[in-house]
Amino acid sequence: MKQKLEEIRSQALAALSEVSDVRELEALKVEYLGKKGKLTQILKGMGKLSPEERPVVGQVANEIRLALEEGIQSVRERLNRELINQKLKSEVIDVTMPGTKKDLGRKHPLTNILDEIKDIFLGMGYEIAEGPEVETDYNNFEALNIPKHHPARDTQDTFYITENVLLRTHTSPVQIRHMKSHKPPIRIICPGRVYRSDAVDATHSPIFHQVEGLVVDKGVTMGDLIGTLQVFAKGIFGENTKIRLRPHHFPFTEPSAEVDVSCWGCNGTGCRICKGEGWVEILGAGMVHPNVLRECGIDPEIYSGFAFGLGIERITMGKYGIDDMRLLFENDMRFLKQF
Amino acid sequence: MKAPLKWIKDHVDINVDIKEYIDAMTLSGSKVEGVVDMAEDIEKVVVGKIVEIEPHPNADKLVVCKVDIGSEVLQIVTGAPNVKEGDIIPLALVGAKLPGGKIKAAKLRGVESYGMMCSIDELNLSKDYLPDAPDDGVYVFKEDLPLGMDIRDALDLDKVIEFEITSNRPDCLSVIGLARETSATLKVPFKKREPVVKEEADGDINAIASIEIEDPDLCYRYSSRIVKDVKVGPSPAWMQRRLAAAGMRPINNIVDITNYVMLEYGQPMHAFDFEKLEGSKIIVRRAKEGEEITTLDSQVRRLDSSMLCICDAVKPVCIAGVMGGENSEVTESTRMLLLESATFNSASIRHTSKKIGLRSEASSRYEKGLDTENTVAALNRCAELIEELGAGKVVKGIIDVYPRPYVKKVLKFEPERVNAFLGTDIPAEEMVRILKALEFEVDEEKMTLSPPSFRRDIEHFQDICEEIARFYDYNNIKPTLLSGKEATQGRKTYKQRMEDIIRNTMTGCGLNEVYTFSIVSPKVFDQIDIPEDSPLRRTIVISNPMGEDFSILRTTTIPEMLKSLSVNNNRKIPEARLFELAHVYIPVDGQQLPDERQTLTLGMYGSGIDFFELKGCVEQLLSNMGIEKAEFRPETDNPTFHPGRTARLFVWKNGERKDCGVLGEIHPEVAKKNECPQRTYVAMLDVETLIEASSLEKQHNQLPKFPAVTRDLAIVVDDNVYVADLMAAIQEKGGEFLEYVNLFDVYKGEQVPEGKKSVAFALSFRSNDRTLKDEDVNVAMDRILKNLEKGFDAQLR
Ligand SMILES: [Zn+2]
Repeated sequence: MKQKLEEIRSQALAALSEVSDVRELEALKVEYLGKKGKLTQILKGMGKLSPEERPVVGQVANEIRLALEEGIQSVRERLNRELINQKLKSEVIDVTMPGTKKDLGRKHPLTNILDEIKDIFLGMGYEIAEGPEVETDYNNFEALNIPKHHPARDTQDTFYITENVLLRTHTSPVQIRHMKSHKPPIRIICPGRVYRSDAVDATHSPIFHQVEGLVVDKGVTMGDLIGTLQVFAKGIFGENTKIRLRPHHFPFTEPSAEVDVSCWGCNGTGCRICKGEGWVEILGAGMVHPNVLRECGIDPEIYSGFAFGLGIERITMGKYGIDDMRLLFENDMRFLKQF
Repeated sequence: MKAPLKWIKDHVDINVDIKEYIDAMTLSGSKVEGVVDMAEDIEKVVVGKIVEIEPHPNADKLVVCKVDIGSEVLQIVTGAPNVKEGDIIPLALVGAKLPGGKIKAAKLRGVESYGMMCSIDELNLSKDYLPDAPDDGVYVFKEDLPLGMDIRDALDLDKVIEFEITSNRPDCLSVIGLARETSATLKVPFKKREPVVKEEADGDINAIASIEIEDPDLCYRYSSRIVKDVKVGPSPAWMQRRLAAAGMRPINNIVDITNYVMLEYGQPMHAFDFEKLEGSKIIVRRAKEGEEITTLDSQVRRLDSSMLCICDAVKPVCIAGVMGGENSEVTESTRMLLLESATFNSASIRHTSKKIGLRSEASSRYEKGLDTENTVAALNRCAELIEELGAGKVVKGIIDVYPRPYVKKVLKFEPERVNAFLGTDIPAEEMVRILKALEFEVDEEKMTLSPPSFRRDIEHFQDICEEIARFYDYNNIKPTLLSGKEATQGRKTYKQRMEDIIRNTMTGCGLNEVYTFSIVSPKVFDQIDIPEDSPLRRTIVISNPMGEDFSILRTTTIPEMLKSLSVNNNRKIPEARLFELAHVYIPVDGQQLPDERQTLTLGMYGSGIDFFELKGCVEQLLSNMGIEKAEFRPETDNPTFHPGRTARLFVWKNGERKDCGVLGEIHPEVAKKNECPQRTYVAMLDVETLIEASSLEKQHNQLPKFPAVTRDLAIVVDDNVYVADLMAAIQEKGGEFLEYVNLFDVYKGEQVPEGKKSVAFALSFRSNDRTLKDEDVNVAMDRILKNLEKGFDAQLR
């Protein structure tokens, strides 16, 4: 009997090693371990054995059963692995093919730049102040130290609605409104649409956008203005950007400056963007004129402040290398999709 | 202001090279726009004298010249038609550089030529600069010059610097003004010089002429001299060249001298033919209504009482500060001059020059406000030049009418306050140095200062700070960041956050942001078939537009959206999805300013795009803005839109229904007119109403613990029943367990009777505290169905 068992063991293990698929494996399992299987049959015949032989044979039979089960299990795992590998192999795709995109829209380049500017100033404790585009002559000019017949009005090319109502030529009237309705400390930026009677061409548009900034507090210095503009310029044009101030004249600031940034195209060595100058003029700035503060009910003996303003189109065109302003208002999808 | 460098150097020594000079001037506030170096590409061109001319052996049109350049005599072959023996000419030597290229030795038809005689074109000079140059041929010097002299010296070729002068600095519209700035910038002395007038003519001005200012509010000072024995003729070459380099055309000696003085002193001058002044008199007065004058440009100008005139005893002879009259013009026969050096009210000159549409070099200076203390110095300079140039003899004396002489301004000198304002620690002595260099008087005992009379722009403490800062150099001020100031909070307002949400939602829906013009043509209303009586046609109108097409502020954004879509359509771009967030401008009765309403416009076309894609974007927006209750109602009578594919959007705010705008398919006729595809979809929504109904409040709902029961419900109803109404009826009777209802199919056709449609919904029921039983759901479904049968004659399918 024992010998018979050993035969079964070697037979089964030999057969197991030749199994090549799950079906054969299942058949083998039935052949040996099934209800009518060879091993089962033998175990059923154990009753005929003597009480001394029974445990010995039983132990051997169990050993064989365990070995067989173990063997079957490992072959099954191997076969499963092979099966999965085969399936995976059949599922190979070309991962270099393009992905399936959800076609998202883009914000306009002017919005992108404006958002960057807003971020910089929000981070420095500024609020965003807004005001109407159709404004009074008073808010747009007179309160800004530009009385009627002031020569500075010549350069403004203003669209008038009535004698006293006009399309704002800058966002400075928002500063006036804000100063009249808020007490210092004031820190605001004023983005918005502005109008000047300029014919449309590659660098001009009668409608364009500006951001201005205003800070009023006790003891605000010109150094504070310069430091703030430095933070702004680095934020927009990169850490290595330098600024340069040139004295200038605006009726609403004193001292006044035009501000250049080191050219982003050439880092100051001279290129097409900066026309070889190494510097690009991007904004006007200055200390708020005492007449303006006084007009807004702020005592210039106690408070001082600075203001600055820049054209968003100009910065956007510079940063993105757009050479024709008309592209910004034409709205060709192929243009819009680039930003 | 174009200033020849040598002219500035007459008044100040410039001890640095040109690049350093223009950089320094730019940083001290006199911005250099550009430099034209007239000699830039000219090298090795010298003065030569033609000593011999012989015919060319092989060519009729060429001659062979011997040209003496002092050190040697060169053989030059030329084809120039105008040369003769003895002519002194510019000669480019072998190896010379000219704007057109380099000169080499050459053989011309077999004869060696060692250089080239130059025309003004070859030297890149204008006829304004050398008025005596022939139109064709070599330039021939009138004067006798040393042979071999560098042509750059012989022709005074200079560097001309163009300065941008700001409106507050009319004093810098002059060579002397720029020399003063140069002096302060480079820390070199300004060479102040008093003109010397010999007054060699007989008589005294007071016996010859009289001057009266009738309107001293418009004329602050009138200084005058008389010149006799006038000889009108061309001015000398040096003067013509300087004027031409500065951008003024030489005319004759008298006009040239007055222009020269204007450029040098910044004080416009005028010369009258004295014998044409009736009554030997000058009266400065407002014009009489309807008076006329023919100005020097032969135009008849009608004057009015707002304009100041220079008149003789009977008539206007000059529009003050703007342009002279023909009736007193200096001509070749003029024998006696009255010279005017005056200052006028700047606003008045500006007004007059605008009104008659005439802007001159003089008026553009006057309208900025000139120094009343400058008139006599300029007048004397003018007289001095007349004497020097032999253009006439100056009569003794000046008539100087100066009703209210200049009073020096006295301001506080506060060095500590200046430093506190600038954020600097400039020593007081340095401030004094800067101010004195700028010709301020500083009293260090009384701590006061007085600006010079030509600095009328200095009024406030801040103006003094600017003067000090610009010579300290703005860029030397240490940058700081409001340290120690009270903190402020930077954050967006609710409206600004909502606008961010709108933009993010739109881009998330695949729409691209556009910017369009807010000024439009009144024709846009016809372009989208807006009825004649529509309130949209009441607009804000620009009184001075650039043209009719650009003359009103828009009350609707749809035309500009269609224009953007058509740009893409015309360029064969297969699909476009756009949005714009911008204002419309609605006039409000009794209000000075219009209501500027923030408006969201969506526009799209392309394959697969339909009404529901547009609506989906709007619904997504409502959801992202936290607008819970909204309603879309069919709009069938909007002429811009397709009558069967358009909806009006309503939102609820505090139980009130508010109109929020329109969305739909553009009417095919309107689409065609606007060159848009037949299926074009546009929405125009009022953002302010949307924001009013919006909310950023969020409340967490427990995730469900019990399973949902879902049921489908398919019914057949009349074709004209609105799905939204069916859904509302389902919601109404859904009971407490109805979680949601979704439309999943609408079907017309086979198996559905004509005029009917099959509508299928998926309903989900769920309880928060137990697993629902079939009975619970059946009861609700029965209720719902009954409601649908009752309300819509619906039949279960
Ligand atoms: Zn560059």
